[in-house]
Amino acid sequence: MTNLKVLLFLSAVSLVSHAQASQGKLIATAGLLQVEGAGGGGLVPWATLSGYDTQDEISVSAGMTQVSLRDYRLQTVSVNASFYDQVELSLSKQTFDLSTLGGDIKQNIVGIKYRLLGDAVYSKWPQISVGIMHKSLEDKSIANALGASSTSGTDIYLAATKVHLGAVFGYNAVWGLTARATKANEIGLLGFGSENNDSYKVMAEATLGLLFSRNLAIGVEYRQKPDNLGLKEDDWADIFITYIPTKSVNFTLAWTDLGTIAGAPKQQGLYVSISGQLF
Amino acid sequence: MTILCVKRPLGPSLKTSLCAVTIAITLSLSACSSTSKTLYSEIGGQAKVEQITDNFIEEIGYNKHIVRYFEKTDISRFREKLNEHICMVADGPCEYTGDSMENVHAGMDINENHFNLTVDLLINAMTKADIPHSTQNKLLARFAPMRSEIAFK
Repeated sequence: MTNLKVLLFLSAVSLVSHAQASQGKLIATAGLLQVEGAGGGGLVPWATLSGYDTQDEISVSAGMTQVSLRDYRLQTVSVNASFYDQVELSLSKQTFDLSTLGGDIKQNIVGIKYRLLGDAVYSKWPQISVGIMHKSLEDKSIANALGASSTSGTDIYLAATKVHLGAVFGYNAVWGLTARATKANEIGLLGFGSENNDSYKVMAEATLGLLFSRNLAIGVEYRQKPDNLGLKEDDWADIFITYIPTKSVNFTLAWTDLGTIAGAPKQQGLYVSISGQLF
Repeated sequence: MTILCVKRPLGPSLKTSLCAVTIAITLSLSACSSTSKTLYSEIGGQAKVEQITDNFIEEIGYNKHIVRYFEKTDISRFREKLNEHICMVADGPCEYTGDSMENVHAGMDINENHFNLTVDLLINAMTKADIPHSTQNKLLARFAPMRSEIAFK
């Protein structure tokens, strides 16, 4: 119910604010808010910054995502501000419902991303950005019970993203590659590291998408993850379709395969997300 | 192609299909750049080029942010040179006889926002001329690298 209200609020605000919103990038090239609140695709952060701001502008976006799996449900609510298409700050709250077992795990994420060089659309080389996500669990008991060595942690990532205009049979294509140094177990929801595996590991993440019109994108994502807890933690993958009716709002539907989570196998399900630029 | 994958019940096969899709897109990224037909003829020749230019001038005229850059512009010369430029960039039988992009835009101090907004106006102009989405992208791809010669000068 709360989520429905947030969703209605976001839709209303984004429609109202349409007239004043930053408009300075090609539609659909600003990307979405990913599951940890950063500008990106669905599961993977990109080098692009959220919103349609250019070097003279500031944009603020908000979004929410729900992933409904067999035994769990992951919800994320995020706000994200991009300053002069140079620095992005994000705040995100994740709620991981243990639908089968009962209870939930809440995690807060503070993120910052800095654009190092390039423009995803216009420069010859990809846009490159570096980012940090600091994550802390509100509910520490499950992470501790599973043997995580910490209930907060920091990810550092380097992302490259490029849009190729008209590259695939005249359709615009976008790809992104991200290298992330992390200790997180299930992106932090099950804590960070373990007694035997407490070092940073570098994981690869990738996105590939096609824009079938100015308003419709279809793509795939893959996110490699470590298995510090010895619970057969799997890599994540999804296949998504995004509808971008205006620069103010976008809707994403995806099929996700999150593999085994905390010993429960075959966690697959529907990913639904709405995000929008408030101004 | 991806829709098919979504409809099937997905087991461990999702990751396999992701790979297949990825390979397919990567192959087409590298393969589809060579065609014998020129972009100029794909656009629809001189008549369509002129239509795009006329629509573009109209779009600029209605945009209060962009029209101010054209206050001192000789519009009939701009029309003629833009027709030549689009034609030449699309491998048509024309030669661009105008000034370099740097010279034309020197001192205009075009910021990133206004540059990108003008690209939106060009897209509108092409859409109004019934240029297909994929053809629009191909033309945009040829003009995009000129941004560094146009903005911030």
